[in-house]
Amino acid sequence: MKAQLEGKHIYTVTQITREIKAIFESTFGLGVWIEGEISDFKIYPSGHAYFSLKDSESLLNAVMFARVNSQVRFKIENGLKVVCFGKIDVYGPRGQHQLIVERIEPKGVGARQLAFEQLKLKLAKEGLFDSKHKKELPLMPFRVGIVTSRAGAAIRDILGILKKGAPCVNVLLRSARVQGEGAAIEIAQGIEDLNQFKNIDLIIVSRGGGSTEDLWAFNEEIVARTVYNSKIPIISAVGHQINTSLCDLVADLFVETPTAAAKIIVDKKIELLGILESLKHEMGFSVTAKISLIKNNLTRLTHSLKSPLDRLQEKQQLLDELRINMNNNIKHFLNINRERARSLIQRLEALSPLAVLSRGYSLSMNLSDGIVIREAKKLKPKDRVKTILNKGAFISRVEEIITDETNV
Amino acid sequence: MTKEKQSFEDDLKRLQKIVEELSSGKLTLQEALKKYEEGIKLSKECSQALEEAQQKVEILIKKDGKSSTDSFIDEDTGEDK
Repeated sequence: MKAQLEGKHIYTVTQITREIKAIFESTFGLGVWIEGEISDFKIYPSGHAYFSLKDSESLLNAVMFARVNSQVRFKIENGLKVVCFGKIDVYGPRGQHQLIVERIEPKGVGARQLAFEQLKLKLAKEGLFDSKHKKELPLMPFRVGIVTSRAGAAIRDILGILKKGAPCVNVLLRSARVQGEGAAIEIAQGIEDLNQFKNIDLIIVSRGGGSTEDLWAFNEEIVARTVYNSKIPIISAVGHQINTSLCDLVADLFVETPTAAAKIIVDKKIELLGILESLKHEMGFSVTAKISLIKNNLTRLTHSLKSPLDRLQEKQQLLDELRINMNNNIKHFLNINRERARSLIQRLEALSPLAVLSRGYSLSMNLSDGIVIREAKKLKPKDRVKTILNKGAFISRVEEIITDETNV
Repeated sequence: MTKEKQSFEDDLKRLQKIVEELSSGKLTLQEALKKYEEGIKLSKECSQALEEAQQKVEILIKKDGKSSTDSFIDEDTGEDK
């Protein structure tokens, strides 16, 4: 035995382990792609996941650290066939080779995802997603068609919300499987069937919750094209938060959940009731305003309109006033003139020769010719003279003439 | 009586037109009252259509290529809608 050991390099366990690690690294480089079935899957509180990949004959331990695990967008379960990329390493303390997983995908998705991206591009180029092709939803859909599974959560959610919020809406359900083989064809056929009914105002295509796997039927070309060709507007409530499906993109409107789709209808009803109420009020205001306006006009016209009786009385009053005025004026006129007349008469009387006579003066005239005598020399003795006094007169014979005597 | 979507939309349009005409103030009193009456009738009909509470739920059945509808029974609650 001793002879066989001489001259041979003797490794320690650690050394040999290190060698093995180096061989792995040089052989597999930065990483390899491995496909297998998941088993013994466990996640620890640290966030690290430990599982095994196996096939019919062999098993490979694998670890997926928290950093990578948190990026995984699908549910990892025992039995799921996956494809992993990672480094082959040796875990020294337990002498175990293992795969340190950097990427993990469900098997088959790679090819399918690629096909999906290609289809999406093709349909986009054809204009299936164009917003100008999208139809307006009806003002109020009184009859709604639904394409979904009769046993699923979607129909229950929708019916519940409609019954509570908008029981005026009638529903026609066209049941179809929403996942699995042949589901896409059923969904497409369902949309076509509902399009046969002229009185359906709106179609909802929907499914309840589920993973990306489950909604694959709604990514199929036949569904997308049937949605595009639908004459009736379609709301797609399929994608949830995970992915926007092709059905969503082609539909006239898409929402995340069946509940959201039903709520759109209920909101329309509420909004319309509000509009009707305010229109009613507006009409009322208009009519009331019009009546007020007419009433005001009428009152105004009535006031400015005088009855014939009023006019007559007015005229009579005017007449009375004029009469009084006239009377006053005449009186005044008479008064003034009476006064004038009186004063003129007084002056006249004062100037009257007869007034002079009342003061004792007399008027003498030659009886022979009647001429008033002012000068004594016009007389001769024995002339007969008539003298007019204030009261009466006498006739006398001149005895003597006195001339140029200012005072007698 | 279920209002058809089309006649509902027509009624609503007509109602909006009436409201416009009334608020323009260009109508005579008689015309205004007539239009008001019509407007109120339309608004009542539309409101009634929206407040209808008889939800009808049917399921489409196809047999031998022929379609027919039937009342839909919720499998979970067994409730006949």
